[in-house]
Amino acid sequence: MAKILETRKLTPVTKYFLLDAPLIAAAAQPGQFVMVRIREGGERIPITIADYDREAGALAIVVQEAGATTKRLCALEAGQEILDLAGPLGSPVEIPESGHICGVGGGFGTAALLCLLRECIRRGHPTTALVGARTKELLIFVDELKQVCTNVEVCTDDGSAGFKGFVSQRLEQLIKGETPGRPDFVVAIGPMAMMRAVAEVTRGPMVKTLVSMDPLMVDGTGMCGGCRVTVAGEPKFACVDGPCLDGHEVDFEEAMRRNKMYVREEKLALERIACAAGKES
Amino acid sequence: MPVKRADKTSMPQREAQARARDFLEVNKGYTPYHAAFEAERCLRCQNPVCVEGCPVRVPIPEFMHAVATGNMQEAAKILRTANPLPAICGRVCPQESQCEAECHLAKRFEPVGIGYLERFVADWERAQPPAVTANITRKEKVAIVGSGPSGLVCAGELARLGYPVTIYEALHAPGGVLRYGIPEFRLPKEILDWEIGILKQMGVEINCNVVIGKTLTLDDLFGRLGFSAVFIGTGAGLPQFLKIPGENLNGVFSANEYLTRINLMRAFQFPEADTPLRVGERVAVIGAGNTAMDAVRSALRMGAKKGMIVYRRSEKEMSARVEEYHHALEEGVEFHWLCNPVEVLGDESGWVTGLKCQKMKLGEPDSSGRARPVPIAGSEFVLPVDNVVLAIGTTPNPLLVKTTPGLGTTKRGCLVAEESTGLTTRPHVYAGGDAVTGAATVILAAGAGKRAAAAIHRDLSSNNGSLDVNKTRRPK
Repeated sequence: MAKILETRKLTPVTKYFLLDAPLIAAAAQPGQFVMVRIREGGERIPITIADYDREAGALAIVVQEAGATTKRLCALEAGQEILDLAGPLGSPVEIPESGHICGVGGGFGTAALLCLLRECIRRGHPTTALVGARTKELLIFVDELKQVCTNVEVCTDDGSAGFKGFVSQRLEQLIKGETPGRPDFVVAIGPMAMMRAVAEVTRGPMVKTLVSMDPLMVDGTGMCGGCRVTVAGEPKFACVDGPCLDGHEVDFEEAMRRNKMYVREEKLALERIACAAGKES
Repeated sequence: MPVKRADKTSMPQREAQARARDFLEVNKGYTPYHAAFEAERCLRCQNPVCVEGCPVRVPIPEFMHAVATGNMQEAAKILRTANPLPAICGRVCPQESQCEAECHLAKRFEPVGIGYLERFVADWERAQPPAVTANITRKEKVAIVGSGPSGLVCAGELARLGYPVTIYEALHAPGGVLRYGIPEFRLPKEILDWEIGILKQMGVEINCNVVIGKTLTLDDLFGRLGFSAVFIGTGAGLPQFLKIPGENLNGVFSANEYLTRINLMRAFQFPEADTPLRVGERVAVIGAGNTAMDAVRSALRMGAKKGMIVYRRSEKEMSARVEEYHHALEEGVEFHWLCNPVEVLGDESGWVTGLKCQKMKLGEPDSSGRARPVPIAGSEFVLPVDNVVLAIGTTPNPLLVKTTPGLGTTKRGCLVAEESTGLTTRPHVYAGGDAVTGAATVILAAGAGKRAAAAIHRDLSSNNGSLDVNKTRRPK
């Protein structure tokens, strides 16, 4: 059981949760995730750790409503409890010794840049946060990132804020641009298509790029192999070898295909929730 | 009904056609009449070799005598002092290769149904009001990592000796492989819950959702949390893959994933439970151990029209228990012996459509002593399937070892531990079960847990209060 200390609705479909989880907060590192289960008979879902406060024993996660479980989770409020919370799982991001680090965030993935960039700055790295969304209203954590990081770039597909276009396009400009703004190391966290586009941009100039994979998982501890991702032709388990893996070596095609394995069942579960809500009203 | 005394009293079972479509238990258990009749068959040998065949040394003749004379209270007591998990072991132990293999009757007739009687007595005990209480007298705390069979038995033994014991479990429910691996129709989860309930009554504390090596390190257990000894029973939960083309197509699973979705996550209750499992019409399970039988029989119960076992060796080399094999046959499982999968085939959407196999023949014995299967040239054929499940073995999960300095492992990733005590390369750290041996049986893990508990008791009783956990020493 983990008590919800605080919630904030960030966009119509994303919600921020601060959880009372002293053991996990004490051990968490940037790039890791937690497994969450919210009711008896519920599924276990992986959620990237957005931030942690070791002093306060608190852990922050950001959840986007997509399937039945995330929908139910987003209905919870401060004072309520998360039934099962386990972590921190996965391997932390291996932050390089030196160089300019660029965190690229898309959609609700942006949240996880917070603890990563804070740690990079603590180690004395120059950093850039490059965050994007379809439109201004869907941007999250820009203010929080500005408190951590001097250099925050915003992109929107429709140009309603910042650079008009994709984060990958802006990243390309930064890489071609003059130092000191040129990234030497990129970590991309967001939708698969966006991470793939980022990896394509950095491949030619050979800028090392990690992407935070979000495959289907059952246990999250290396037991089921359901989260396997092919990296440089070799099977890796995202839950123990990742979730952050080499963006230039990941087989995105396969990963996207595997993520669609249960589309039919996910739809069914969502319909049932809608049905139940209809009955109640 | 029982026949002549030369044969074991057979186990009443649910009819195959009916049971193959639901997850209710297959075996129904003896009646008191069956039990007394079967226990009467025991010869009460002067030299009970059956006990030698039991990894936890149940005093079988005394136990048989108690059942034969209808003294169930006594029988339950004898059983429980030797084995903290009788209701589980009575169901999943391979008795035919352990106690019953040694039984004197087995030389000319059928052995005594020791396993069936163990199950009978444990089930009798389940119907009684709980008779155990916590009796914590020691101040040294012991931590157990993993709540599978070895951890549960180690915890039970230490609690009996008066130690405060805390079990740490990574998943959200305790039981390890008994929870996620073994299906409901072989081991109903209410039985597992009951056995775990008894441990809790004995004062054992269980903390789920704590991943030792991640949430807390082994050093945290000794340091911050003040434990005097630790037992590691983390099992062998890392699934192996064949590394053949097409293995990552949609619809290819490790048996671990397949069974975890069904057993731990209750996919057979989807959509009431939230975790789905896409089961095809034709399911091929690769391998022929108990896990393979569990997976293929689960597939039928999940609605598959055809469940197939594909195995590169022959029926003789199969490692599954005979009873499980027979149950699978009765339920209509198809067996493809001497078939080696070489490729998984899929359609343009990335879903499995077939399994390409080659026919094998048996050659000279290999390192395991079993005949080595040799491919027959030009014998490739395709089995049309829409699920492939890999049940070709597991290795110990490296998660804890990676974060624990000074914990020695073998080439196969197993923990180095003394056979008789379970002592690892670190003082006061013991290990047992599959984490040490690689994938094996519930009862061998239980035996290791029991031996380690005795060793921990000796360690903590002889300890003059100084704990030097930084010194590593090689086991003899």
